[in-house]
Amino acid sequence: MASLKELSTKQEGLVGGHRLCAGCGAPVAVRQILLASEYPVVVGSATGCLEVATTIFPYTSWDVPFIHSAFENVAATVAGIEACYRAFKRQGKMEKKVKFIAFGGDGGTYDIGLQSLSGALERGHDLLYVCYDNGAYMNTGIQRSSATPRGAATTTSPAGSAIPGKQQRRKNLTEICAAHGIAYAAQSTAGRWQDLTKKAAKAIEVDGPSFLNVLAPCPRGWRYPTPDLLPICKVAHDTCYWPLYEIEDGKYTINYKPKEKLPIEEFLKPQGRFRHLMAPGNEGIVEQLQADVDAEWDRLLVLAGEKE
Amino acid sequence: MSERILIEGNEAVALALKLIDPDVVAAYPITPATEVVQKFSEYVADGEVGTEFVAVESEHSAMSACIGASTAGGRVMTATSSQGLGLMWEMLYIAASLRAPITMAVANRALSGNINIHCDHSDSMGARDAGWIQLFSENTQEIFDNMIQAIRIAEHPDVRLPAMVCYDGFVISHAREVIDSLSKDEVQEFVGQYEPQLSLLDMEAKTVGPLDLQDFYFEHKRSQAEGYVAIPRVIEEVGQEFGQKFGRSYGLVEEYKMEGADVALVALGSTNGTIKDVVDSMQESGKKVGLLKIRSFRPFPADLIKQSLSKVKAVGVFDRSMTFGGWGNPLFNEIRSVMYGGNGQAIPILDRIYGLGGREISMAEIEEYADEVLAVAKGEQAEVIDYIGVR
Repeated sequence: MASLKELSTKQEGLVGGHRLCAGCGAPVAVRQILLASEYPVVVGSATGCLEVATTIFPYTSWDVPFIHSAFENVAATVAGIEACYRAFKRQGKMEKKVKFIAFGGDGGTYDIGLQSLSGALERGHDLLYVCYDNGAYMNTGIQRSSATPRGAATTTSPAGSAIPGKQQRRKNLTEICAAHGIAYAAQSTAGRWQDLTKKAAKAIEVDGPSFLNVLAPCPRGWRYPTPDLLPICKVAHDTCYWPLYEIEDGKYTINYKPKEKLPIEEFLKPQGRFRHLMAPGNEGIVEQLQADVDAEWDRLLVLAGEKE
Repeated sequence: MSERILIEGNEAVALALKLIDPDVVAAYPITPATEVVQKFSEYVADGEVGTEFVAVESEHSAMSACIGASTAGGRVMTATSSQGLGLMWEMLYIAASLRAPITMAVANRALSGNINIHCDHSDSMGARDAGWIQLFSENTQEIFDNMIQAIRIAEHPDVRLPAMVCYDGFVISHAREVIDSLSKDEVQEFVGQYEPQLSLLDMEAKTVGPLDLQDFYFEHKRSQAEGYVAIPRVIEEVGQEFGQKFGRSYGLVEEYKMEGADVALVALGSTNGTIKDVVDSMQESGKKVGLLKIRSFRPFPADLIKQSLSKVKAVGVFDRSMTFGGWGNPLFNEIRSVMYGGNGQAIPILDRIYGLGGREISMAEIEEYADEVLAVAKGEQAEVIDYIGVR
């Protein structure tokens, strides 16, 4: 695995000058993933923050072949490119080994793009799909998605006097992807470059579909101070809100176990979207959230063979 | 060598696909175009084509994968119908805007609801503003020939736009006809190697499909519009070259017995074949009725149509789709718009909606309409917009 020094000398696929917010996890994750590739890559992006803030015509921050076509279809779009690559290879029109990466936010992946993603995974295209999960439709102004955690306030699940934020638990997308029987699926984070670049390199190496679900905090939607991207990620792992794990050919490995598993409140408190949960009367939601986190962590421990 | 074969419309599409042997076909089955995908899958399974066949999970993904493959620099084809075309709607505009010269067979079928699997033109008409070339086919021979010509038209360096080859669902898609086929060598020589102007797989850094705001979007749409100017010339050139090589020439429209006609009927698709028989018998009995068959609905060949219809005293348009809440229906609106104002001659033009959801139209009904148009040409009054064959 490349050291940070080695990575720093590699040519970046996503260069500066883009207009993503300070403190956004998405470009941090994308740069690390692209740096991890040993091969030239063709990149696709779903409509979303990442795409609109990096491609404002006549400028672009992408120093790789890049395509955006629509919101719900980056998996199918990149699958089409990969199919053409296979045809060219067979015809001898292309010799170079090329890899394909699709990026989508949680809206474009958990929700509107789930069918397109599922189809591409099932058909076995040689592509890595990366979901940068910030837990809501941030690009259109922080609307709930099926990745939004229980209790979070968004503009379509506001913390009202009758309904205090989102009522449902998150969808487990990593498991949905893994259930397609793909060779590699993992959860990582913009906040741990070693974990992310290692997993990206493994995922890209797979000959076939692979999936990365990357926690990519959003200072606007989560309402944390922009310098706190890394501390926010860290507390997400230390509370086990966002477990770092991988599934290789069905085998589960937990990549990070906090020495002391912190209560979920530690993850909630620094974020404005959960502020209402600290008010009296909403303890039940916090308890439910804690129960969600505990159940998922226990499930992973069992699957990884670390708990009976 | 050309060979006479008995073949269904859908099989003719699949055969054309096989002879063209594109780089990528991404398609999803839908009645009445399903057989195209089935038959082509057999060619793939038997190793008769070098195509990468992507059996996608929806038509939206079909068109998305086609766009990916086309921007990757491949020759790309697909087929669909009705709801499938509807599900592609968003991506149709993007394909045209990205100048992705995808060729698609469309077996025309009614749109839901209620669900109906039979022919009308509502599906293609819903896509008429998407920026695709739309060629309509009268019979199986024309589907086969149009598929092969559409590749050349779409990929032409002055065009670089996607093309639909439309044919009437069931009426043509499932009817067996004898056609003159072509050999793989003949087709390969005619379509030639595709030289894409854009390829993501050349591995040069480039950004396709950027965010395009108030300061540039309008100019990009304006320059896209320029791309349609060359299409009529290219359609005619390709149609003539096809005729020189294979004996069947094609243009933008076809005039049938318009010489000395008092009135003209205008239609799209397979109904033209029936109208031709009616025109024959009416002319035999001294009634001066001719036919103007529209092959290219997009682009709409305004000058040729104006030239042709300026010779008659009244026009009867057949519309196999409806514009709900509008005044007049798609083909009528285009024809009337061409004929009025500017140098167009102000003549009576009637619109008749027919055949929705696969309702048959009889020769007697066509003749009755033609008689009505003849009466209008002589100064009688008639409903401008009306129906044929509805209870």
